[in-house]
Amino acid sequence: MKQFHIPMPVRYGMNTILIIALLLVGHLLMESGVLPRAHANNVIQVGFFIILAVSLNLTAGYLGQLPLGHAGFMAVGAYVGAIFWRSGLLPDGASIVVGLLFAGLVAALFGVMIGIPALRLRGDYLAIITLGFGEMIRVLINNIPTVTGGAQGLLGIPRHSSFLVVYICVVITCVAVHMLMKSRHGRAILSIRENEIAAESCGINTTYYKVMAFAFSAFFAGVAGALFAGNLGILVPGEFGFMTSINILMIVVLGGMGSMAGAVIAAAILTSLPLVMQGLAHFHVISYLPGASEHIVRYILQWIAQHRMIIYALLLIIAMIAKPTGLLGNYDFSLSRILEKLIRRRNVGKAEKGGADHG
Amino acid sequence: MGKHDPRTPLIPERDQDKRPVMECVGLGIDFGGLTAVDDFNIAIGPTEICGLIGPNGAGKTTIFNLLTKVYQPTRGSMYLEGIDTRHMNTMQANKAGLARTFQNIRLFRELTVLDNVLVGLHNEMSYNLGKAILRLPAYWRSERIAKERAMELLSIFHMQDMAYHKAGSLPYGSQRRLEIVRALATNPAVLLLDEPAAGMNPAETEGLMENIKKIQETFQIAVFLIEHDMHLVMNICEGVAVLNYGRLIAKGTPAQIQNNPKVIEAYLGTGGGVADA
Ligand SMILES: Nc1ncnc2c1ncn2[C@@H]1O[C@H](COP(=O)(O)OP(=O)(O)O)[C@@H](O)[C@H]1O
Ligand SMILES: [Mg+2]
Repeated sequence: MKQFHIPMPVRYGMNTILIIALLLVGHLLMESGVLPRAHANNVIQVGFFIILAVSLNLTAGYLGQLPLGHAGFMAVGAYVGAIFWRSGLLPDGASIVVGLLFAGLVAALFGVMIGIPALRLRGDYLAIITLGFGEMIRVLINNIPTVTGGAQGLLGIPRHSSFLVVYICVVITCVAVHMLMKSRHGRAILSIRENEIAAESCGINTTYYKVMAFAFSAFFAGVAGALFAGNLGILVPGEFGFMTSINILMIVVLGGMGSMAGAVIAAAILTSLPLVMQGLAHFHVISYLPGASEHIVRYILQWIAQHRMIIYALLLIIAMIAKPTGLLGNYDFSLSRILEKLIRRRNVGKAEKGGADHG
Repeated sequence: MGKHDPRTPLIPERDQDKRPVMECVGLGIDFGGLTAVDDFNIAIGPTEICGLIGPNGAGKTTIFNLLTKVYQPTRGSMYLEGIDTRHMNTMQANKAGLARTFQNIRLFRELTVLDNVLVGLHNEMSYNLGKAILRLPAYWRSERIAKERAMELLSIFHMQDMAYHKAGSLPYGSQRRLEIVRALATNPAVLLLDEPAAGMNPAETEGLMENIKKIQETFQIAVFLIEHDMHLVMNICEGVAVLNYGRLIAKGTPAQIQNNPKVIEAYLGTGGGVADA
């Protein structure tokens, strides 16, 4: 039995149209001023966190290692990007592109450096080494104030992170990681996670692919860092602490290790959580609640909004009990696959009721 | 090569005048104070099916691990098509022509059957990272050819219909067969099979025997296999080496091995039996 498949060019066309449509809608919403400032800023932040989560997923989900220093790569990218943009070497348009590339490349270099110990260590040991690396970067930034502004912070960074720029970076990250993973190189990375000895016995250069995954992952974290700098306009080293790394890891774990769609959805939900709770607390429907319960509900919502990390931890515990593989496991979303299923189901329905269908 | 003559009687007639595809000279390994394998010598002809038998714990799997460089030998050397493998790692040994299966199956369980074989075909494809990400024609061409090849290899064991199932979800016998297909995909000169019939029923074992012979004939490669099923060993192996306590105790044709008193003693001593083959 031949199964129905949407041909590749049509699939690519569909996805391209979807990407452009989302861009137009987003751009209109953001630039027309319909969205309140806080919401607009939240959208931009969701953007960084998608890039951070998708890039961390490469090592944590696909390669199967557990790095805890993702914020370190982000910090490297943030400072490289910020310093480059402040220098004003290039006109604005070119400066944005070159600055982002530069931020990514320097972060990737650090990725290679951290990838090398990762060749020998795994599990808890790798987690500790990368955690140390993240903190080391932060301390380093604090201690070279002539370059980084030290603890005082780096001010006057050009605000380059418009919706358009962030959106394009998100799309490039997701597409590049997807294309990588659906190639012989991506299969090599997955095979290392699945069984390293078997991978080597199949002629996979595991050393090369581990370092490559770390470099790739760090590159995009660096880009996200630069976008972060271009959004805030000011950088302080405290932003890139251990908690930020944990935050990103939490998104990946909740979304499902090894699922890009999961990482994107979890990034959007977790990043928007405080804002949504704040919004709910001020929702006028609540004032119709009887007596004291109005105040209690409002208090709870506000408490959640302010204690994000506690909620994250609770979510994580619940997820580990209810669905240890995360929101989507390692399932990956594909518009065309859903369409194919729908079309197939209709065809099957025509022919006979029921029928064995497997994805 | 003359000085290693005692090993040559194993090699079948048709391979006698050709250079052995794989040759071990005095191979040995110690784990701490324990000598797991010692003075292992063998030469395998380029189209030979050779068996390695011996009681449990004799060191057979350890020899495969030495050959594939999962362990580095403490003593001795191994040559692949005349090339010294001293400085090779597992990946390089595979590229030099050695492919293997594992006694405790090591599939990429979360990947599909097809992807397992495609990992085996990794080095048969050559497009680089840039071409993959930009989806240039080289990517499409290479992937199409590889997929066709993978399906062709799967068809040896009639496994095309399982191509999109997760490898970990296959029944035991199919997992063993998939490991053989994945190893074949790497285009080896020598195929090492570690207890390929373990856990298979007699009908499955019979099918496996035919397929091992078929693989040897169609690909014109050497097969070196560890097996406890004497029926299989006696029927398809042209030469058999017997290991006991890490040392070779006999080498010869299946008929010679069957009647060798040392071999009978080794097996009777551990409760197994060659006689019932
Ligand atoms: N990594 C290792 N460390 C210590 N001892 C080992 C190791 N690998 C194998 N051995 C020992 O070598 C001996 C041979 O094992 P093995 O090759 O698995 O036997 P077989 O495959 O013939 O049943 C056993 O006594 C085993 O304990
Ligand atoms: Mg064994």
